[in-house]
Parts: sequence; C-alpha cells; structure tokens
Amino acid sequence: MGGHLNINHLMFLGQGALWTIGLSLIALIGGGIVGFVIALARISPLKSVRLASAIYVQLIQGTPLLVILFLGYFGIAAIGLKVSPLVAAGASLTLYVAAYLGEIWRGCIQSVPKPQWEAAEGLALSRTQRMVKVILPQAIRIATPPTVGFMVQIIKNTSLASVVGFVELMRSGQIVNNSLFEPFAIYAIIAVTYFAMCYPLSLFSQRLERRMGRGRSNLAPA
Amino acid sequence: MSLQLDFPAVLERWPSFLAGAVLTLELAFFATVLGALLGTLAAVGRGTHNSLIAGACKVYVETIRNTPLLVQIFLVYFGLASLGLKYSAFTVAVAALTINVGAYTAEIMRAGFEAIPRGQIEAAEGLALSRFQIYWHIILLPAVEKVYPALTSQFVLLMLASSVCSQISAEELTAVANYIQSDTYRAFETYIIVAVLYVILSLVMRAGFWGLGLLLFPRRRRLGTPL
Repeated sequence: MGGHLNINHLMFLGQGALWTIGLSLIALIGGGIVGFVIALARISPLKSVRLASAIYVQLIQGTPLLVILFLGYFGIAAIGLKVSPLVAAGASLTLYVAAYLGEIWRGCIQSVPKPQWEAAEGLALSRTQRMVKVILPQAIRIATPPTVGFMVQIIKNTSLASVVGFVELMRSGQIVNNSLFEPFAIYAIIAVTYFAMCYPLSLFSQRLERRMGRGRSNLAPA
Repeated sequence: MSLQLDFPAVLERWPSFLAGAVLTLELAFFATVLGALLGTLAAVGRGTHNSLIAGACKVYVETIRNTPLLVQIFLVYFGLASLGLKYSAFTVAVAALTINVGAYTAEIMRAGFEAIPRGQIEAAEGLALSRFQIYWHIILLPAVEKVYPALTSQFVLLMLASSVCSQISAEELTAVANYIQSDTYRAFETYIIVAVLYVILSLVMRAGFWGLGLLLFPRRRRLGTPL
C-alpha cells in the first residue's frame, strides 16, 4: 500500500509474461508428445489400449485443471520428492493438455477419408507405413487450425499455475498488487497482456480454418 | 519414496464435501441459465445490421475468449468493490461465470444461426410469419437443436471451471478441499476425492443434458439420431 506503478513493477510483470510463454511452451511440447501417443492409443487395434486411453481422457476431461494442479503439486510431495512449482505445473499441464490434444488429434486422424486408408492397405503398406506415409501427413493439415486454437486455451490455463506458487504473469500481478493494492488497474493490465498474447493466435487459427474451408470447397463444390 | 494414503481421515468430512458439491452445482446451474441467455443475446446482436451493436458484441466475445477466467473473476470481484458495491462471493462468482460462458455460448449459437439455410427463413417470410415467429420457430429452436451437443459440453466445462471461484473464497468444492487439506494435512487424499467427485458431477451433468435433449427435441428422439 505504497507508491505507484513504476517501471520496476512493469519489468516484473514482463518477466511473469515471459514465464507464461515458457510454461505454455512446456505444456504444448510435453502435452503434444503425450497427446500424440494418446491419439494413437485411442485408435489402437488392441481393445485394452483403446479402453485405457479412453478412461484416461475421460478422467482428465472430467476434472478441473485447478484440481489436477493441486494433485500434481501434493502428489509429487506425497511420494517423497521435492517439488518445485515449475515441475508441478509443467507435469500437471502436460497431463491436462495431452488429454485434450489427444482427443482433437484422434478426431483429425479419423477424419482422413476412408478411401485413403483402404488405398494404403491395398498397396500392401504396413500399419506403420500407412500411418507415417499416408494418414499423418493429411491429418496434420486438418489438425493445424484446432491445434493453434487450443494453444490459446493453454496460454489462458497457465494462469492457474499461480495457485501452486509458480510466478507467471498472473502470480506476478498478484505480487505487485500486494505491494500497491490497486487491484483493478493491475488486473486490467494483466488482462490486456493475456489478450495481446492470445488474440493473434485466435485470428491465425480462424484464418487457417477459412483457408482450409476454401480448399475443401474447391475439391467438392456443394 | 514411500506413499502412505489415509482416506478415512479425510472421508469423515463428507458433509463438507457434499455441501461443496451442491454449491458447485448451484454455481453451474445459475451461470448456465444466465450465460445461455446472455450468449444468445450476444449472438443475435452480432448478426444485426446495426454495426454499433454488432461491434460491441464482437468486442465482448473476443475479449472474454482471449483472457483467462481467473483474471476475469478478479476483475469482476475488485471492479464491483471499487464501485462501492458489496456482494457475496457467490453472487460475484455467478456474475463472472455468466460473463465468461456467455461469450463461448455466443460463438456456438452464432454457428447454429449460420447453419440455418437462408431458404427456410425466406419460406417463413413467404408464409407471412411475424418477425418474432421467424426468430423463435425457424431460427432459434432449430439452431439450438443443431448445436445442442456443443452447448452441453461447454456447460460441463463451465462446471469444471467454477473450481476457479475458490480463489475468491466462494465455498464450492475446490474451496472446501483447500480448507480440509489445510486442516487435516492430507492434501493428496483430499484432492483425489475431490477429483473423483468432479468426474461424478460431470457424468451426472452429461446424463442430465442427454435426458433434457430427449425431452426438448422429440423430433430427434423419433428419428433416433444421437445427440
């Protein structure tokens, strides 16, 4: 409760914003790798693998991220390891993002037209060859717009990592607010910063979607 | 590495968990109803020819969709306080969740409106239906029917997102968990129980929306098209 917002506060917020981007990248890369495995497991020929991955997705999608973060934070501590907020937040966000990206990508893989799968099989490609050479290159094209769209969700969701003490943009805002007590002004700055990070991605995702739509209507005029 | 779990010590607090779960459902219910109204209005507003209203609705939707819920909740909480208005944490939570889910609902409803074939509206005009009749019977109800699955998963996500309201001390399920874990020092067990409760709540909500869909859309029930 002293002083005014000065350049040092803004520098501190800027540092928080960098950590938000860093944590988002960790979540995207970690969640992307695990999510890719989940997507493949969801369409596995083995029933048990399909079932296990479906249960994983249902459990994660039925639990709030906030609770997953607490579970990660206290769970790592419960098995006797030292927790740093970065590890707890990174691991929890990875598990969370994996469930959603896994479902999105499964949908994209399955929306590759059926004749493509049959043609690949007809050419006597092995299961791996069919995936790598025929299906995935087409699925990636379909998956790009929703994945970019989901990156917006990831950035927004990293704000919850503040509750386990990870100093990203939201937490640094709370810290600055504790010394200045001008909550409305500070959270407005935070909101604008998040918007500046998310909105370009949203626009990019929309543009990709429109471009895809054009491509498709060229192929099959309705 | 030794993991010792003691669930009974936490489970004996079941009345608190139950109260938290009920409050979570109440939050979700009010925010869903009010958010659906707000979102539909915003979607209608975005489609009007008045560029001022359409622009305002677009700004609202894009602002909310590109900022975190946690920030929105704090802004509403401190914004109301700085205006000198004092409300309970529950009211503030409902207001913030409504504003949040309204924006997502608006986008979904807009997609529904755009999916209505132009010819149907022209046919309704040709049959001399009033503007209100056209909006209600030809545009709104069929649009809701089309986007019902997307709407319901948005509302289930809203119920899960209401956990964030624990940060402004609305006494819902996650806030109860925070309190119990600080009281019992059994954090991992507490959050496992709460996670299970949330999974159950989301399954209950899904089942409820499925049943509601059967009631609301008899045409679909007769056709047997899955919602």
